[in-house]
Amino acid sequence: MPAKKSLAMLLSSILMLGSTQLMAAPSASMLADTCAGCHGPDGSSMGPAIPNIAGMSAEYFNTVMKEYADDDRYSTIMGRIARGYTKEEIALMADHFAGQKYMSTTQNLDAAKVAAGGELYQKNCGKCHDENGALADDDAGILASQWLPYLQYSMEDFQADKRSMPKKMKKKVQKLSAAEIEALLQFFASQK
Amino acid sequence: MKQIKRRDFIKIAGATAAAGAIGFPTIAAAAGKKQVVIIGGGTGGATAAKYIRRADPSVEVTVIEPNEYYHTCYLSNEVLSGARSIDSIKFGYDGLRKHGVTVVHDMATAIDATAKKVTTKGGKTFSYDRCIVAPGISFKDNIAGYDMAAHEKMPHAWKAGPQTVLLRKQLEAMPDGGTVLIAPPPNPFRCPPGPYERAAQISTYLQANKPKSKVLIIDAKDKFSKMKLFKQAFERHHKGTIEWVAAKDTGGGIKSVDAKAGTATTGSGDVHKAAVTNIIPAQQAGKIAIDAGLTNESGWCPVDHKTFESTIHKGIHVIGDAAIQKPLPKSGYAANSEAKVTAAAVVELVNGREPGTPSWVNTCYSIVAPNDGISVAMVYNFVDGKVAKVKGSGGLTSMDSSPAERAREVQYAYSWFKNITTDAFGG
Repeated sequence: MPAKKSLAMLLSSILMLGSTQLMAAPSASMLADTCAGCHGPDGSSMGPAIPNIAGMSAEYFNTVMKEYADDDRYSTIMGRIARGYTKEEIALMADHFAGQKYMSTTQNLDAAKVAAGGELYQKNCGKCHDENGALADDDAGILASQWLPYLQYSMEDFQADKRSMPKKMKKKVQKLSAAEIEALLQFFASQK
Repeated sequence: MKQIKRRDFIKIAGATAAAGAIGFPTIAAAAGKKQVVIIGGGTGGATAAKYIRRADPSVEVTVIEPNEYYHTCYLSNEVLSGARSIDSIKFGYDGLRKHGVTVVHDMATAIDATAKKVTTKGGKTFSYDRCIVAPGISFKDNIAGYDMAAHEKMPHAWKAGPQTVLLRKQLEAMPDGGTVLIAPPPNPFRCPPGPYERAAQISTYLQANKPKSKVLIIDAKDKFSKMKLFKQAFERHHKGTIEWVAAKDTGGGIKSVDAKAGTATTGSGDVHKAAVTNIIPAQQAGKIAIDAGLTNESGWCPVDHKTFESTIHKGIHVIGDAAIQKPLPKSGYAANSEAKVTAAAVVELVNGREPGTPSWVNTCYSIVAPNDGISVAMVYNFVDGKVAKVKGSGGLTSMDSSPAERAREVQYAYSWFKNITTDAFGG
């Protein structure tokens, strides 16, 4: 080892003397980077069946992961993953992803459906999912620019009672036709 | 690691007087660029290169990889069935270059762990502060007669690329009514569910194009990954097309081949002359890991799980299929996850800091029929110096999951593929 490097190591070793050898929790990036294999680098998914999780509100992330772990929210795989982490670890990941930039997607959408969805949105969804679903709400994911296949899966789960909706949303969803739901999802997917 | 750190500290402590004399600014100014050399540009090597640069752009990273393109083994079984093209699993290195990684297309032939130098077939020498070896697998000589010439007659297709294309061509050329013989290897090997997904993919192709044909799996094992789910899928989608035979019924599976005659012989002496023979030999770490003395008697590389640093040669980390990472599997996802743990550790180590606590995930999809996917997943943490499964996490697709759920898992598999390849190779 060259002397200069040894000296640099010495300094850091001295700094380390104060710390104990107890095993700390993994860092936020260490934990969050393991998600990228499925959810894309920094939570920006390139695969349309898997949602973007970058920029998601930390509170919502914590809620969703707990629901997955407790099987209160339906999943094929996220329950199996969520049960692998402590509450503290999930909180670290939540803060990490909340700090990532939300990626705008480019999708092949139907302009007529998007337009129809826009009108339906104003009447049905805008009060809660305001700003066209672009906000990182504490009780919902970012819907604007989210991948359409993922949005479709989510709505299927809501309608099949596999995922719980707030009462107001449930009433609205029950009144909407399949074509109207599809138009709404296309509208959200189209937003930048 | 900790012991080494302490030992280093004693050595370094001797230099304290000198440090005091020279003073801090001199040391800081004298700190040269840190060099990391990565051998192998597969999923593990590429991910490690990128994540080191992301964490510390002052570290110079060189990837030494013989090929200009990498073909992922994952989803290569869909190339065999014709569900996707070979180009859809092909990735170049421009993405890494965008991250400031130097990619050298050459073959690493030796590592001098003392001088901290890697030499290549092209006659170049690369110095490193830390070296990461991600060479994938090489084959053992467990099947008599399976020499290089036989590889061309009876492709293994266990390293994706030309071998995958060759096996696909053989499947296309075979007559209806022929048998495809698959000979899966003994444990441990790259992609444990792979041979069985392969059988399902080939069967899907045969059912549509050569319906009188069969897939015969003569295994070197009595059980295999996701076995119940695969057997269910074979029953559900491939009944009469796929037959699986356990090692105990054949004297241990295929033991020898005669490539010229086109025959494969089991341990109990049964001779099979199939239309297409896919021999997947027993495996060990990639050649450079063996040549560099990084392997133990098992043929794989023992590593400190906290940093994936070799326990044989300090300063060299081994990741991906070549490492002894159990209970992590030898999968693409695990290689990606190990690469990130190692990248973070290497950045800490070259900066003279203690590496943090690691965390890993594995998720692995198998597509067992059109619109039918199954998965296994697990979260891993670091317990008593080793990788451990987090209790209560992970597991398999449910045996009674619905067709809709299975269809969704296929779409998740495709999206996973987009994301993991972007994570590893994207700019």
